[in-house]
Amino acid sequence: MSHVVSPVREPLVLGGKTYADVTEDICRQVEAKPTKLWNIAFLISLVLLGIGMYSAYRTWWYGIGEWGLNKTVGWAWDITNFVWWVGIGHAGTLISAILLLFRQKWRTAINRAAEAMTIFAVLCAGTFILLHVGRVWLAYWCLPLPNTYGSLWVNFNSPLVWDVFAISTYLTVSLVFWYIGLIPDLATIRDRAKTKTARIAYGILSFGWDGAAKTWQRYEAVSLILAGLSTPLVLSVHTIVSMDFATSVIPGWHTTIFPPYFVAGAIFSGFAMVLTLMLITREVFDLKEYITIQHMDVMNKIIIITGSIVGVAYITEFFIAWYSGVQYEQYAFLNRMSGPYWWAYWSMMTCNVISPQLLWIKKIRQSVVATFILSIVVNIGMWFERFVIIVTSLHRDYLPSSWAMFYPTLVDIGDYILTFGLFFTLFFLFAKFLPVVNMAEIKAILKTSSDIQLEAHKPTVKAASHSEAQTRPAYNKDAE
Amino acid sequence: MEHNENKFLVGVYDDEDVVLSAVTNVRNNGVRIYEVYTPFPIHGLDEVLGYKRSGLPRVAFFFGLTGTTLALTMMIWMMGYDWPMIVGGKDFVAFPDFIPVTFELTVLLASLGMVGTFLIISSLWPGKKPLLFDSRCTDDKFIMAVDLGKNKLSADEITSILKNSGAVEVNTKIVEE
Repeated sequence: MSHVVSPVREPLVLGGKTYADVTEDICRQVEAKPTKLWNIAFLISLVLLGIGMYSAYRTWWYGIGEWGLNKTVGWAWDITNFVWWVGIGHAGTLISAILLLFRQKWRTAINRAAEAMTIFAVLCAGTFILLHVGRVWLAYWCLPLPNTYGSLWVNFNSPLVWDVFAISTYLTVSLVFWYIGLIPDLATIRDRAKTKTARIAYGILSFGWDGAAKTWQRYEAVSLILAGLSTPLVLSVHTIVSMDFATSVIPGWHTTIFPPYFVAGAIFSGFAMVLTLMLITREVFDLKEYITIQHMDVMNKIIIITGSIVGVAYITEFFIAWYSGVQYEQYAFLNRMSGPYWWAYWSMMTCNVISPQLLWIKKIRQSVVATFILSIVVNIGMWFERFVIIVTSLHRDYLPSSWAMFYPTLVDIGDYILTFGLFFTLFFLFAKFLPVVNMAEIKAILKTSSDIQLEAHKPTVKAASHSEAQTRPAYNKDAE
Repeated sequence: MEHNENKFLVGVYDDEDVVLSAVTNVRNNGVRIYEVYTPFPIHGLDEVLGYKRSGLPRVAFFFGLTGTTLALTMMIWMMGYDWPMIVGGKDFVAFPDFIPVTFELTVLLASLGMVGTFLIISSLWPGKKPLLFDSRCTDDKFIMAVDLGKNKLSADEITSILKNSGAVEVNTKIVEE
């Protein structure tokens, strides 16, 4: 049954599409030969991956002494990059799970790619976990396994152990959620495949999906429960990541504000990354009628909100440092702002708090170029945020004789490049061989949310305001 | 379901609202529908077909409960009994510290258990050959399959019922087992 949608709602799909058009538009790039642009982009990612692999080899062969760490700054780029990638991953789950629960139908065009991005970002984060343990062949020590000393178990009081469970659960559940959503679309590709290889490959991948009403009913139940499980899961993951810092006694880390502050920052950076990728994807694969300016506009609004939350958190930290009366805490924050790492602090402030405020202006929010630039700026800012929290809190510890600076080595940089190579290689493979937009979900909203349909039901006097509250469907069968 | 003749009538519809009303219409005319195949989920279709609500939420709950129990038992036993150790002056069984891992294992087992059950009961697995009455059902057509062996009405009568309910085509398909 189609849902009743208020006529003042902006159309989600443009260009007067039919069901067959949706299939055709999305499958086109999967079935076509890779374009020259794709080949070049893929090759560059492979080169980055290659450089990174060499760097990872150095890290594992010679140990983490290859990094610029010293006895004062014992955690630097590894954890900065880890937290950065995990944070980026959060947007995918937010879009696929939380927006599903809130029945935000605009998510349908971007959820597939955003979820894929989540998985790849979490894999990159996982790469840093494996890199920073140094002796990677002993990484299984963080699992609760019996050992030869009469089973001295892992310490379940430690947030680092919680992290092992949180990140691996997050990766597994995201992967399962994403793949279940892919199955119907893979069946669509299977049923229209022209080559034998494609028929066999997509035949295996699509699990024999036939679109039976009973299976769809179960599929819907599974999606809803997975969304319900993923919502607290995604919030728990960055909460636990923040506890890696918050439960320690380092001034600048030991704060109760960390969990919500990290989660907001994660969504902020993740949405920026989704925008960066989606703006390229819609351009390259000609999906402008599915990923519309309207999508960009709503996502930019989420960026303003989360960016402002992050800004308030920065200021609150300062206030609490002063109000606590603890001189170590106060020094840590003054040192952040005006110490030797002042440039990192002010880059963070500019990129995360000041520049996203430009998005209050509708023109900027709806400009592809401006949004693209701002989305990259946000992620630079969020990288600096983690760097500031981690390195500036450590580099001047309690004893002034141990004060030190952190200088990255080539291997530090190479390991960061490794994750970029990994991320983009996986993303390009995904974009070429799998449907980047969820066809089944787009078709399901087509009758209520495409432009021709909305045009047909438009009242003669158009309502002046487009606020979200007004556009709630009068009756939504979905919402049961 | 057995197929006496393995002969099916396949009604092809091209609109989600038409197929939804067609199901009620066809069933009221005394035709037993084998299954309806659609390119996307249509809300309310399960109700008009008379399907019961899925039990998968309950499956998820019990798998989740298993995860909770497993996680708590593991941690309380390891930290409290098998090798008790003082960490940061905390109790051996420092319950608040066990909440994150308990939560993660609950979610992990609930998700995997539910999805696994879903794949098994819907008989979906890698490489399974689907039974497709019309391959357009994953593109833009809504397919209603009627098993002639399970219906008392004749093929001609059912064809006209399907046509009257809004089917754009009615085809015959023999399914080889």
